[in-house]
Amino acid sequence: MSVSALDLAQGAGRAPVGGPAGGATPGERGFAGAMKGAAIAVALVLVGVLIFLAVRGGPAFFAGAADLPAHAGNFLSLAAPLAFGSLWVAVIALAVASLPSIGVALAATIYAPSARFGRLLGAVLDLLAAVPSVVFGLWGLMVLAPAMVPLYDWAHQHLGWLPFFAGQPSVTGRTVLTAGLVVAVMILPIMAAMCRESFALTPPALMEAAYALGATRWEMVRTAVLPVARSGIVAGGMLGLGRALGETMAVAMVLSATPGLISVNVISAENPSTIAAFIASTFPESTGSKVSALIALGLVLFAISLVVSILGRRFAKTGVAK
Amino acid sequence: MTLTLTRKAPQSDAVATFASCRPTWRRRTKDRLATTAVVGAAVLTAVPLTLVIWAAIQRGSERLDLTLFTNSMRGVVGQGGGLLHALTGTLLITAATAVISIPLGISAAIYLTEYGGQTRLASITRRAVDIMVSIPSIVAGLAAYALFSLLLGPGTRSGLAGAVALAMIMIPVVVRASEEVLRLVPGDLREAGLALGSPKWRVIWRIVLPTALPGLTAGSVLGVARIIGETAPLLLVAGFTDAMNYNLAEGRMATLPVYIYTQWSAKGLDTAAYDQRAWAGALVLMAVVVVLQVAARALPPQIAKLRRNR
Amino acid sequence: MTATVPNSMTNSKAVAAATATGTAQDAARLAAPTPGVGSPGAHAAVGSMSIDNVSCFYGSHLAVADVSLEIPGRAVTAFIGPSGCGKSTLLRAINRMHEVIPGAKAVGSIKLDGVDLYTKGIDPVSVRSKVGMVFQKPNPFPAMSIKDNVLAGLIIRGARPRGSAADELVERCLTRAHLWDEVKDRLKKSGDSLSGGQQQRLCIARAIAVQPDVVLMDEPCSALDPISTLAIEELMRDLARDYTVVVVTHNMAQANRISDVTAFFSLASAGQPGRLVEAGLTTDIFSAPKVTATRDYIDGRFG
Repeated sequence: MSVSALDLAQGAGRAPVGGPAGGATPGERGFAGAMKGAAIAVALVLVGVLIFLAVRGGPAFFAGAADLPAHAGNFLSLAAPLAFGSLWVAVIALAVASLPSIGVALAATIYAPSARFGRLLGAVLDLLAAVPSVVFGLWGLMVLAPAMVPLYDWAHQHLGWLPFFAGQPSVTGRTVLTAGLVVAVMILPIMAAMCRESFALTPPALMEAAYALGATRWEMVRTAVLPVARSGIVAGGMLGLGRALGETMAVAMVLSATPGLISVNVISAENPSTIAAFIASTFPESTGSKVSALIALGLVLFAISLVVSILGRRFAKTGVAK
Repeated sequence: MTLTLTRKAPQSDAVATFASCRPTWRRRTKDRLATTAVVGAAVLTAVPLTLVIWAAIQRGSERLDLTLFTNSMRGVVGQGGGLLHALTGTLLITAATAVISIPLGISAAIYLTEYGGQTRLASITRRAVDIMVSIPSIVAGLAAYALFSLLLGPGTRSGLAGAVALAMIMIPVVVRASEEVLRLVPGDLREAGLALGSPKWRVIWRIVLPTALPGLTAGSVLGVARIIGETAPLLLVAGFTDAMNYNLAEGRMATLPVYIYTQWSAKGLDTAAYDQRAWAGALVLMAVVVVLQVAARALPPQIAKLRRNR
Repeated sequence: MTATVPNSMTNSKAVAAATATGTAQDAARLAAPTPGVGSPGAHAAVGSMSIDNVSCFYGSHLAVADVSLEIPGRAVTAFIGPSGCGKSTLLRAINRMHEVIPGAKAVGSIKLDGVDLYTKGIDPVSVRSKVGMVFQKPNPFPAMSIKDNVLAGLIIRGARPRGSAADELVERCLTRAHLWDEVKDRLKKSGDSLSGGQQQRLCIARAIAVQPDVVLMDEPCSALDPISTLAIEELMRDLARDYTVVVVTHNMAQANRISDVTAFFSLASAGQPGRLVEAGLTTDIFSAPKVTATRDYIDGRFG
């Protein structure tokens, strides 16, 4: 169905050229119709995505052990540990990235010594956002992970009483924490972009008011910048969380995963997998009903990201209303 | 004649006079700590970027030879081989994605700005775009797989399926960017055209679109930049092969990101050779990404805002 | 150069002035002993300012050139002149707000009670707590209540007063800003809920809550209606009993009504730096300006 609408849209390019020079009505109708068709097609693409996923994935929600990958007894016991893993990695990434993203956004706006410096920092952030996740994955597993091993040994020795650092640390460094760090680097520019936009919208009048009352720069930021930008910061965090949940390749490559495991240990050799990483690493070798199960997992991931993005937009809107 | 009231206080006295209202040590320390933290965050952001670029250059250059660009991986099990087939696949699939997404995205944006206004369809389309932006890329891959397996039977892999998956990611980016650019076209330009007696579609075609062209181009470049490094959906639906494949409609097609992944994940005995190729692929992909970024930056400044909305 | 003799403000106009263009007669008039004024040393505490050879830059662009001016303590000084003549820039240089803009700097010396505010080692933050500022558009903090807005200067410093001390301070400052009766029943409401004129008086209360010696006002009435303007004008006169008030205004009649001293700034042409043309007692400037440019400007405005 989206294919026919697509034809309509491509017709849009031809309509004006072929249209009669003076004949307004047919030309107008054709052009307007083509544009409208494109708008319908875009909406239908989404409907299509949902239908295809539901048709191919739906049966797996009720599938038994024989039709599921990773020796899961039922769909819930397959999905729950993976959903936990996705959230766990995403939360770690968010926790790591949130303060630096606010900091770098402040550096690019309020603290920037010149507009040029702000632009330079913006370019760094844009470039960081553009690095493909497969490259981050390669870097994470071959450069970052080995470098983290001594740190994990240290954490185990001195902080081993915390459940996060209990047990034997991984000798490869390919742990949940390493994956979280890589994902943190990936979502940092996305969150920073939202923060940067909110900070740039701070009314200069409020900044001046704070300075004129004898505020230091940090006191000015706390009084005039952060309260106004709060909703933007939260919306940026939600956007970052959404990206982190959907991040696939970097996690699939960095994480040495044991599907089905639920554990809060962040430095162990045995790690929970994430929905996206599990799909990517299992899909190429799967067939038939196993594929359906993976598609159903995709639906679950979609639902989670959708909730996060709706929450994020709601926060962003309250900001605008103020 | 001069009447001096208070003059020439020694400097140290001057400082002393203000000592009473000077910020306390606590306040000054907090301010300094905050500044340090902000500068630290900026440096911290540059560190991973530098490390990744450095790693790609250092390790990627080991295999950055001519063979890399002239050979595929056909029949290669150890040293040698290249990524020509993957580069070709990336170009073909990206081109196909652009051919689907750019006309469709810009047309939908034209409807939203010029015709739709506050209609029901416009608000539905906008909401659909909002939701599509939040689709994880792997889910787009699954959806494309589901579509093609319904049409052509299970297990199908093709470049076209990859392009359809990537289009699901690129379309919302193009729609959003184009809508914002079209809104920047001043309304009186449209009115001027209509006042000359031109029909609306001609005004859009001859006046609005040419005015917005640089912005629409930038939006499209951004869309391409967004998908060129995508791995997960292509891994699912375009699959991987060691050989050349020029046919989008049929057969597995290698792409640069998937090439990097499989060089690492499906190593042969000579692991060093595979790692070298993976890094060489990463270097080439990074170079492509940087070129696209620079191209998008070279476009007019009012587009700057769009870049951040990705 | 000449200097000033601020004194008790019993009559409507302070006896005070002095200028870059001042003359001996001017100084003689000002030097006339005034009953009740103590030794020169006593003036150190009343917030008189002297501006010496001050120039202000935005990057390499010279916006204000070489201004020297005495500002009497506890009196109202008005800066007037055409747009772009640098009067706001100079005002912002007085409490070192000018340098908040990246690339902006000021040279010369500005003394408050004899202490150069640009002395190395003086933190601009401490200058701003001695020299407060009220802006063209009222700018209460939207996320704070009316009460917290008054206390903002202290909250910012991490020294929020509690309990009755806070209530007393809020009442005193709001009363001083002629706003208490209008807002005493809704101190918890947001500052945004007030009218423009009320917001501006709230900003004045906020400025005086940190106990400055000087209050600078940058066209404080230009965004307000005539009735609110009248209220602020009255307030400015009243404030001059305790504070040195410096006000930038476009409104000639306003300058004439409220100020004791007027400084007229102008510029040769667009893009040229602004300069001080003439300063003196407001009565003199408006009745018998010494410089033709001043007379032309005042006549042009008055018709």
